Amino acid sequence: MRTVYTWAAIVIITVTSTAGESLLAHSMQRIGDLGELRRREGVLASVCRVFTTPTVFIAITFMAIAFFSLLFGLSWADLSLVGPAAAALTFITNALAAKFFLKENVDRRRWIAAIFVGAGVALLAR
Amino acid sequence: MNVRKCTVLVAVALFASIGDTLLSRGMKDVGAISLNHLGELILAVMNPWVICGISLLLCFFVAMSNALSWADLSYVMPATGMGYVVMALAAKFFLHEHISPERWTGIVLITIGVGFVAGGPSQTDRSAEALEPAAESELIFEERQ
Repeated sequence: MRTVYTWAAIVIITVTSTAGESLLAHSMQRIGDLGELRRREGVLASVCRVFTTPTVFIAITFMAIAFFSLLFGLSWADLSLVGPAAAALTFITNALAAKFFLKENVDRRRWIAAIFVGAGVALLAR
Repeated sequence: MNVRKCTVLVAVALFASIGDTLLSRGMKDVGAISLNHLGELILAVMNPWVICGISLLLCFFVAMSNALSWADLSYVMPATGMGYVVMALAAKFFLHEHISPERWTGIVLITIGVGFVAGGPSQTDRSAEALEPAAESELIFEERQ
């Protein structure tokens, strides 16, 4: 039963992390380069711009769910399993979300990078 | 890529991996949490290791938001994979842990993957997409003339 709980936590972490990071990427793309914004309008205005964007809060909600799922996962299994397994799967699902949801140019170079890094993280856990 | 952008990517990688490690250390003290006793989760959040882990994950959120404001998600994610390599090398050289051949292979794969993505552009060029409708209408206008 512990294994089922652990893998359920890993799947939830993967799905909610992907949703949270994709929504955050979508929001930040609309806001623009924070470094330039800070230079132009100051730190306070940049922070206000981020926290008045509704999708940022939805992203934070998904990331919070991922965080509590990680806590559950870590209470049932070691970080050496939960961390790399969730990270490796998230690399792949993020690449898919970037292509189909964010309409990014995920070319062959980025697919190879996502697969290599995902496989590398999985091997580090062994 | 300038120094600021490199620093932000390194910060994303390190805050995420060190934050996860601190959470794991804290959860070892707390023990297994049952789905029937969700109140134990509040107890877990009071643990000093978990508090340090949460602080680092908040720093990760700030650095990640900054990185995503000037780079694609499909660029940021693999580029920050180096955090796992840094953790493994720190375990080898500071904690004198043994790194198996499988782990060395993992380190090599991550390094190649990061090298691949770092060599390409950090952001999708959307100006071409934005120009497409304009270029199309120009063509129609020229054809009509």
